Amino acid sequence: MAERPNTPGNTPTGSRGSISSHLPPVVQPGHTMASVTDKISEVVLTRRTPRGWFIGLAISLGLTVVLFVTILQLLLKGVGIWGNNVPVGWAFDIINFVWWIGIGHAGTLISAILLLLRQDWRTSINRFAEAMTLFAVACAGLYPLLHMGRPWLAYWLFPYPNTMGMWPQFRSPLVWDVFAVSTYLLISMMFWFIGLIPDLATLRDRSPSKVGRVVYGLLAMGWRGSARHWHRYEMAYLLLAGLSTPLVVSVHTIVSFDFAVSVIPGWHATVFPPYFVAGAVYAGFAMVLILAIPMRRVYGLQDFVTMRHLDHMARIMLATGLFVAYGYMVETFMAWYSGSIFESALMTNRFTGPYALWYWSLIVFNVLVPQALWFTRVRGNTIALFVIAIAVSIGMWLERFIIIVVSLHRDFLPSSWDMYHPTVWDWGMYVGSIGLFFSLLFLFLRFLPMISIFEMRTLLPESEVKEERS
Amino acid sequence: MSERVYGLMAEFSDPGALVTAARKAREAGYVRLDAYTPYPIEELDEALHIRHTRLPLIVLIGGIVGGLAGFALQYWTSVIDYPINVGGRPLFSWPSFIPVTFECTILGAGLSAVLGMLGLNGLPQPYHPVFNVPRFALASRDRFFLCVEATDPKFDIDDTWSFLSRLQPRQVSQVDA
Repeated sequence: MAERPNTPGNTPTGSRGSISSHLPPVVQPGHTMASVTDKISEVVLTRRTPRGWFIGLAISLGLTVVLFVTILQLLLKGVGIWGNNVPVGWAFDIINFVWWIGIGHAGTLISAILLLLRQDWRTSINRFAEAMTLFAVACAGLYPLLHMGRPWLAYWLFPYPNTMGMWPQFRSPLVWDVFAVSTYLLISMMFWFIGLIPDLATLRDRSPSKVGRVVYGLLAMGWRGSARHWHRYEMAYLLLAGLSTPLVVSVHTIVSFDFAVSVIPGWHATVFPPYFVAGAVYAGFAMVLILAIPMRRVYGLQDFVTMRHLDHMARIMLATGLFVAYGYMVETFMAWYSGSIFESALMTNRFTGPYALWYWSLIVFNVLVPQALWFTRVRGNTIALFVIAIAVSIGMWLERFIIIVVSLHRDFLPSSWDMYHPTVWDWGMYVGSIGLFFSLLFLFLRFLPMISIFEMRTLLPESEVKEERS
Repeated sequence: MSERVYGLMAEFSDPGALVTAARKAREAGYVRLDAYTPYPIEELDEALHIRHTRLPLIVLIGGIVGGLAGFALQYWTSVIDYPINVGGRPLFSWPSFIPVTFECTILGAGLSAVLGMLGLNGLPQPYHPVFNVPRFALASRDRFFLCVEATDPKFDIDDTWSFLSRLQPRQVSQVDA
């Protein structure tokens, strides 16, 4: 390989063909290694914490308290406080699980798949996108654990020799889920931490306080930037990217198996795995935009997270949004083409039944609104992008609601049909998990470099080796 | 005296100068060399004769072991130790074991990539002599260092010092052990 494996192209503009040649650069010109290092590390080390950070963290922590109150109530009273009951035995607990897991997938996509595809613009957004993945997976994990009712027995899910003489049922997609999600969490954590090590060493060397030097020093594990270490480091990073890429696809495929392996109308469809994976990437990029647009403004990082990044993310959102729209079309077509009365009854129920308003809102938010991204002017307007990203996040949540609730509330036997209404505890736990997500994110922004410093250095023109041959 | 010296270190301000210096040091016969840089520089692998790492092999073995262990676990629990007859379906229903086998493969390979990289690099390492040089803190910012270690057979504190000074570094410093 002629190029360094994890630094795809070191030109500052990285222009590839005519599409990107008129776009703004990945890093604004005029930056040096010292200025990049200082600008990113000063957010953590020396700069005064912006007031917006305190306000944001206070609101998020307030919502996290709501989460803890709902969890406490759940443990005291049991899962009966939720609105799910026969026939809708699965509701917010799985809707929110799938929603959060999906959001997490954009982080892995940016850090792994775009690395393998040598998209150098990923460098300034991969760090916080990976952090987003971790926190989103943590929020997702809460739901199945709490739905068990007795979360302190969660370890029963894992195969270990026990006095009951039992083993998990490996033919069940729910057990596959346990393996997929815990592997995903572990690999994402390791990928993120490995990426952080050289930057933790930078913080260790630059921290003005004794505490900072000790804490960052412990975390950096004695990294000293040796050429031999970099050589293995790059190999490990590349291999992890190569492993994460099929992993992220497998995780959402397995999540979709939770539905597709059953026989419920609307769930038993072969389109589910690709449709779920595309939806996950779609929701995830929406969340990255929701985070990146205010962040670059508050911290003045427009030089590193440029309009080019926002434009690329908007394009990926548009593309995955079209996959998702195709998924909706195929679902509808198959309901008719299968000739199954249950499938076509389900579709009619989606279009005109008691949840029709939710379905048509989903179509507006997920299919119609994002079509605005075809226009360059919309992709260049941060406010418009932010609004569209919020719409997509809501739309993707509605999609899971439609898939889960509408299929369950009227399946084969009309005698068992019933309506589902979420309770205040359902909403409380959902809002609370958003609070937990943002609390973790605010803490991350304050204490760790939100952009990968060492990878930014490789994007600068001065990082190229110009050797005088003697 | 020389027991207390880890080596001599030259500081450069651009990557090209470091790579040239590393190459010249190899040509001058030094073998116990290392370079310290703020980001990975591929040209150094060749200049310092860094051999290919065994890491990919470790990851391959980790993945194979993970996958086999995952499959064996499912086979043993579902077929031998805890067989459940569901409507006469086969106990060894291998297609349903594939998802977990796949995840275990990734987990085994990923763990061996991370632990293998840290292990081969000797991290975590609480103490290393290079940190005794005050200016070495810049190795994680924008400076490039070449260190000739005292264990090198050709190492002589005065000769090596003057050799490094001829490479036009910003500064040469002694690294105390």
